[in-house]
Amino acid sequence: MFTLPLPLAPETWSITELNRYVRQALETDIRLQDVRVRGEISGFKAYPSGHWYFTLKDGGAQIACVLWKQRAARQRYQPRDGDQVEAVGRVTLYEQRGQYQFDVAVIEPIGQGALFADFARLKAQLEAEGLFNPARKRPLPADPRRIAIVTSSSGAALQDMLNILKRRNPLASVLLLPTPVQGEEAVPGIVSGLERLLTLASGPIDERPDVIIVARGGGSLEDLWAFNAERVARAIDALRRTPVPVVSGVGHETDFTIADFVADVRAPTPSAAAELCSPITLDDRRRQIDDLSLQLADLFASQLQMGRHRLEQARVSLRAASPFGQLALARARLREQEARLYATVPHQLSLARGRLAGDLATLEAFSPLGVLERGYAIVRRPDGHVITQTTEVSPDLPLRIRVRDGEFDAKTL
Amino acid sequence: MSPRTKRIRDEETSSAEVESLTYEAALTELEALVARLEAGAPLDEALQLYERGQALAAHCGRLLERAELRLRELTPGAEDTDNA
Repeated sequence: MFTLPLPLAPETWSITELNRYVRQALETDIRLQDVRVRGEISGFKAYPSGHWYFTLKDGGAQIACVLWKQRAARQRYQPRDGDQVEAVGRVTLYEQRGQYQFDVAVIEPIGQGALFADFARLKAQLEAEGLFNPARKRPLPADPRRIAIVTSSSGAALQDMLNILKRRNPLASVLLLPTPVQGEEAVPGIVSGLERLLTLASGPIDERPDVIIVARGGGSLEDLWAFNAERVARAIDALRRTPVPVVSGVGHETDFTIADFVADVRAPTPSAAAELCSPITLDDRRRQIDDLSLQLADLFASQLQMGRHRLEQARVSLRAASPFGQLALARARLREQEARLYATVPHQLSLARGRLAGDLATLEAFSPLGVLERGYAIVRRPDGHVITQTTEVSPDLPLRIRVRDGEFDAKTL
Repeated sequence: MSPRTKRIRDEETSSAEVESLTYEAALTELEALVARLEAGAPLDEALQLYERGQALAAHCGRLLERAELRLRELTPGAEDTDNA
């Protein structure tokens, strides 16, 4: 089993030999090759190489830990100093330094008490500073055409968003600011993307995006942790100095991150964020163009109809104003007068006739001839003078006497 | 140049001009044109407005059918190379 010679005193070993021996001794102890330990993280350091180094300690002891790059990249949990964790791994020895260490395979937080405490503390602090103030939140543009997206270029979230934008608003252009959205690089990447957008959004209007989406697909609480970072919150808040609003779309409906609270609008998912940023769909636009086209045709038709109507009116007016028209009018007037005349004359004649008959009757009533009918007589001198008193006669005066049916002569005595 | 050739030339240039309009510009003009017709335009102007409006609407429709989402990536290292 041992590949090295047995340590037979007083044989002298090199340090290398010793460390290798101890290392192999540790590594051949089955119980030390699958150990679960519990402790607090301190001195956590993620190196640019991708390896993580930290110390796990409790009240009385500590052990150096390493988490190699391949495993570190797969970690859902981002360790931080002070976190209480459980780690699974094997005990080994770092030969060059003679340092006994724990080679970690998996590390998990104990509960999530510490994370939640941090989250609550930061949330309360930012809220007190007014970063979540609803009065500071801006509405999203009615028809955004330039959409900036801060997310991972390899994530499903980006494809979901692009698919929705392609389908709903292909007139739009998307400016992608790629960044890791989990792990050590997430926070600096997101912040750097937001800072570049701050520059663009403060710049000339033709380079300014209409709206910014900060997004990430669903994952564990630790996966989404970058969106709970204070720096990300402040980078989103800084964009309030520009006219460009920010939509957050992090995780699922049930996930709420600090970024969601700071953003102008919180979308429940990345897809929902893309929908909020394409309020006018392709179908809406087709309908709008159809409506306008129809309106145009209707208006033109009615204008044409109005033109025809005016023309017709003008024709009528022209006819009325023409001398022929006046002549006809005069003729008509004349005919009417004639008619009235003809109607009037016979009427007046008959009226006159009636009056005449009346007059004759009256005349008849007053005629002395009527009295003669009743037996009276009229006595006149030859000169025609009617005798009405005795003094008017003398003896032998010839008289003419009129009775009902004629006259006869007589003489006074 | 006879009046007829001149008119044909005008129509050609105006249709070429419509082709070069962005969706936004064409839509804005179409809306303005409908408003102008609504306010009541003289008949000969109404005819021009109608013809141009139809061309604008057709152009908008074509742009919608042809539209493809444009994607540009601003990678962290590449400072301002997109503007160059």
